[in-house]
Amino acid sequence: MNPELSPHRAGVRGGDPDLQDLYQEVILDHNRRPRNFRAFDAGRRAEGFNPLCGDRITVFLNVDNGVIRDVAFQGSGCAISKASASLMTESVKGKTLDEAQVLFERFQQMITAPADAPVESLGKLTVLAGVRQFPVRVKCASLAWHTLRAAVDARDEVVSTE
Amino acid sequence: MASVVSAPRDALNVAAIRQDFPILRQRVHGKPLVYLDNAATTQKPQAVIDALQRYYSEENANVHRGVHSLSGRATDAYDAAREDVRRFINAADAREIVFVRGTTEGINLVAQTWGRARVGAGDEIVLTEMEHHSNIVPWQILCEEKGARLRVAPITDAGELRLDELERLLNARTRLVAVAHVSNVLGTVNPVAEIVRLARARGIPVLVDGAQAVAHMPVDVQALGCDFYAFSGHKVLGPTGIGVLYGRRELLEAMPVYQGGGGQIGSVTFDRTTYAPLPYKYEAGTPNIAGVIGLAAAIDYVTGVGLDRIAAYERDLCAYATSALADVPGLRLTGTARDRASVLSFVLGDVHPHDIGTILDREGVAIRAGHHCCQPLMRRLGVPATARASLALYNTRQEIDTLVAALQRVGEVFE
Repeated sequence: MNPELSPHRAGVRGGDPDLQDLYQEVILDHNRRPRNFRAFDAGRRAEGFNPLCGDRITVFLNVDNGVIRDVAFQGSGCAISKASASLMTESVKGKTLDEAQVLFERFQQMITAPADAPVESLGKLTVLAGVRQFPVRVKCASLAWHTLRAAVDARDEVVSTE
Repeated sequence: MASVVSAPRDALNVAAIRQDFPILRQRVHGKPLVYLDNAATTQKPQAVIDALQRYYSEENANVHRGVHSLSGRATDAYDAAREDVRRFINAADAREIVFVRGTTEGINLVAQTWGRARVGAGDEIVLTEMEHHSNIVPWQILCEEKGARLRVAPITDAGELRLDELERLLNARTRLVAVAHVSNVLGTVNPVAEIVRLARARGIPVLVDGAQAVAHMPVDVQALGCDFYAFSGHKVLGPTGIGVLYGRRELLEAMPVYQGGGGQIGSVTFDRTTYAPLPYKYEAGTPNIAGVIGLAAAIDYVTGVGLDRIAAYERDLCAYATSALADVPGLRLTGTARDRASVLSFVLGDVHPHDIGTILDREGVAIRAGHHCCQPLMRRLGVPATARASLALYNTRQEIDTLVAALQRVGEVFE
């Protein structure tokens, strides 16, 4: 357990602090009611796929003058992948593509850092730092971001976590 | 929640059996390991671990090559293992036992040898909706190459094969029926003997994917009447990387070779090669000798316990687990066939199986979550994934109770 992880552990009662870090109330809320969970006729879109578990996501992206004007997603996946996609859409909207790329890199660093490393604040995204205690779930948290990057590059292919 | 099924009089002694599996003594996240992922791979008894150690410490040499003593001992052990496998599945002849890497390679071998010789444009191969990718993709590759096509027999909502629909698919263009003995997702035991009867009446051979069957029930390939039967060592308490393809001798004799290389030849010149007799014709290169010896030790172990007793014990445990899981709020079993073996797939409300898997792991309970290499079946069931608990002879009712308690915990997190 890392004491610097967010204290909002209302999601899981009793017992297991690592599990409390993973399934925080904010994450459970974004899983239940994902934000920007819709499709639109976008300039750019990309599909992401995790062949190990079958999770699928489509990211829709509207970029104007290098700025992300709108971003949304659809698909099916676990609580971590859904909450991560939802939080991602909230945090990149209005950002430039360069800023989004920097955020992706910092996010990736945060979720793959050693369990006892200090947690750098990434705003709302910080709630996903608990994923670092569960290395097999890192791909769940990063799928949406890989898919976003594919949409930015407008690569006409399905992105895979493998 | 207790099952009313009473244990048979000569029930197996599960406490003693557990002592034979050193891995089961460990704790995971501070909790005793409850290993319920046996359909993915089974744990190994000390006898198998010892056999591998002994082979490498005392017998290691190449087989069928040397005149020296060690090579002779390794060859004897290797050949004796083939006879053990023959007896295990009651094949008529040890030459009908081909060692391969696993079920997947066994099926690919048939597709790439028998299939390439016998399947042509417009021909059909009949599968079922519940097949594992390893009994779909090799046939798809063959069909693409030959201009043939797959026909798929449907299942009922309970997860039983529609035998009438399968029969309807059989016609003059059908070259093969390929079917799982036991579904790795639904636990359904398919009526293989009946399928063989329908196919045989039309002169169609049948391949059986036995990966999920051999550890859980007696298998008699002559009684089943099938033409090919493939299984993996690691799913029957043996090592990974070793498996068996059984083929009827008449078919194996006629089929072209699989891979070419050492050990499988009669004589080689730059103009022409003749091939070794069965089964060596299909075993090019130095085989997985240690794996074969480990597999024989595993077969000795399960036959020592008795496949009939294992089957009876697991059926009782499966019935107990089925009724225990039914008490978990929001839980729905996917796969409720009348004849079911050792596999319990389920969904729990709208909680994704991965989240179930992570939370269960924190309680020491190992299950599988995902599509189980059965994406077409997942589409048929209308779910992206399922959670799966799969049993073996060393599992106990107490472990099922731990699973149920851990599932209550999932409900608390996601309430």
